[in-house]
Amino acid sequence: MAEGTEAAGGAIVYRHRRATRLWHWLNALTIFVMLMSGMMIFNAHPRLYWGKYGANFDRSWLEIGNNGSNGYLRIGTLVVPTGQVLGRARLQAFPPLVTIPSSYNLAAGRQWHFAFAWLLVLPGLAYWLWCIVTGHLRRDLAPTRGQLAPKHLWQDIKNHARLRLPTGTEAQHYNVLQKLAYLTVIFGLLPLVVLTGMTMSPSLDAAWPWLLDLFGGRQSARSIHFLAAAGIAAFILIHLVMVVLAGPLNEIRSMITGRYRLPRERPE
Amino acid sequence: MSQLISRRRLIGSLGAGTGGLLLAACDRINASPTVQRVLGIGASATMSAQRIVTDRTALAPEFSAAEMSPMFRTNGTKMPSSADYSTHLATDFRDWRLVVDGLVARPLQLSLDQIRRMPARTQITRHDCVEGWSAIGKWSGVPLKLLLDHAGIGRAARFIVFHCADSFGGTPYYESIDLIDAYHPQTILAWGMNDKLLEVGHGAPLRLRVERQLGYKHAKYVMRVEAVGDLAAIGGGKGGYWEDVSGYQWYAGI
Repeated sequence: MAEGTEAAGGAIVYRHRRATRLWHWLNALTIFVMLMSGMMIFNAHPRLYWGKYGANFDRSWLEIGNNGSNGYLRIGTLVVPTGQVLGRARLQAFPPLVTIPSSYNLAAGRQWHFAFAWLLVLPGLAYWLWCIVTGHLRRDLAPTRGQLAPKHLWQDIKNHARLRLPTGTEAQHYNVLQKLAYLTVIFGLLPLVVLTGMTMSPSLDAAWPWLLDLFGGRQSARSIHFLAAAGIAAFILIHLVMVVLAGPLNEIRSMITGRYRLPRERPE
Repeated sequence: MSQLISRRRLIGSLGAGTGGLLLAACDRINASPTVQRVLGIGASATMSAQRIVTDRTALAPEFSAAEMSPMFRTNGTKMPSSADYSTHLATDFRDWRLVVDGLVARPLQLSLDQIRRMPARTQITRHDCVEGWSAIGKWSGVPLKLLLDHAGIGRAARFIVFHCADSFGGTPYYESIDLIDAYHPQTILAWGMNDKLLEVGHGAPLRLRVERQLGYKHAKYVMRVEAVGDLAAIGGGKGGYWEDVSGYQWYAGI
């Protein structure tokens, strides 16, 4: 977000700089390819374990399976029937509509995943650097002391729950829940998903065994990788809902041109 | 009434139709040779980056006996079907010989006894299948480096190819590694597993352990070790059975 004087509702402000816009749209592609090819890779062995090892005879904490005609999702001892959505057939824990490629092909899924991983990691590191060097992190993303006050946080949660989104001058800056969500993704989930992905590489485990110590073994890293990816997917879902609620045309325009019209104040 | 298309069914079939089109479009993209070439750049970059950034002689993590998998599942071939192999199995591999040839100064033919009498290395390591599961087991065998040094590997040799006794659809299994992995201290031809002689399901009499790569590189039922200058003349030219048949990455360090 660019600095400037306080503007009122209806005014057009310069909200997203070029680096943010470029990184956003690159990620819109990259993260979808990573999630979809990742689900293909998961389909090869739709079970998750904790610890250093884990295979069919070992106890898994999550499994997507099929009981003959219908799918199920098992988490611990909890079994949720999933019909024809999850686990509709062998090697289709996730259905063809959401995997790359659509029919089972582990080799191709890996090829997509590891090519796009570069587009996730290198521009991601560059954006990190940009955030820090230009002060975007300090100025726009870091919550202010006032925003972190429990009272303010609680008020913001209530406003979101009632879908009373910020207007006018208030909308010129990210609200605190927005800031926390972006920080969680950029400096939490993304590095977590990359590091746990690297921990699954037997060659990197040899070179950098501290990766295994960090996550408690390769199968734990695989589980955390999956959970972090699920977290990113959840963020995208909420993000898209918020874009629609906040006025999709204005929001999408601001991410293309950088210019954002501040929503008009509500008549009290 | 049955001729009327209900709104629900219409929406349903439109949805399915759009989904089908999307799938078809995505699969067309995946099948394009250009797309595959571009994606291949990513795979090569991964191997180069790993080789440049990391220590090429780094050892794979080794574990304590307490950390071993209670059950080590088998994978791929569980019993080679050739008559030759059956005869060797029935006679405890008495007449079986490991061939070491190709670009070497002194081609070798070694009996299982000779191989077991050579200096052995024992290591408890993690086996990672490309599918995602891992199992920790104890392996004993002769370092591949010793065999290659005995045979006197030629200057032109760049890869070591493993020819196996098991077949998939009539094609004998084969795999290959480069000399960085071939000379790695943990790269062994294992004849023992979990303090017993290697079982048939795990690749008896001899299987490759190449600890910094995924399971499909660990060729089982190794019959012949061949030093070559390039992989073009091996199978389909991509260096391994699954590489040729299904497009798996030759470098399986990730």
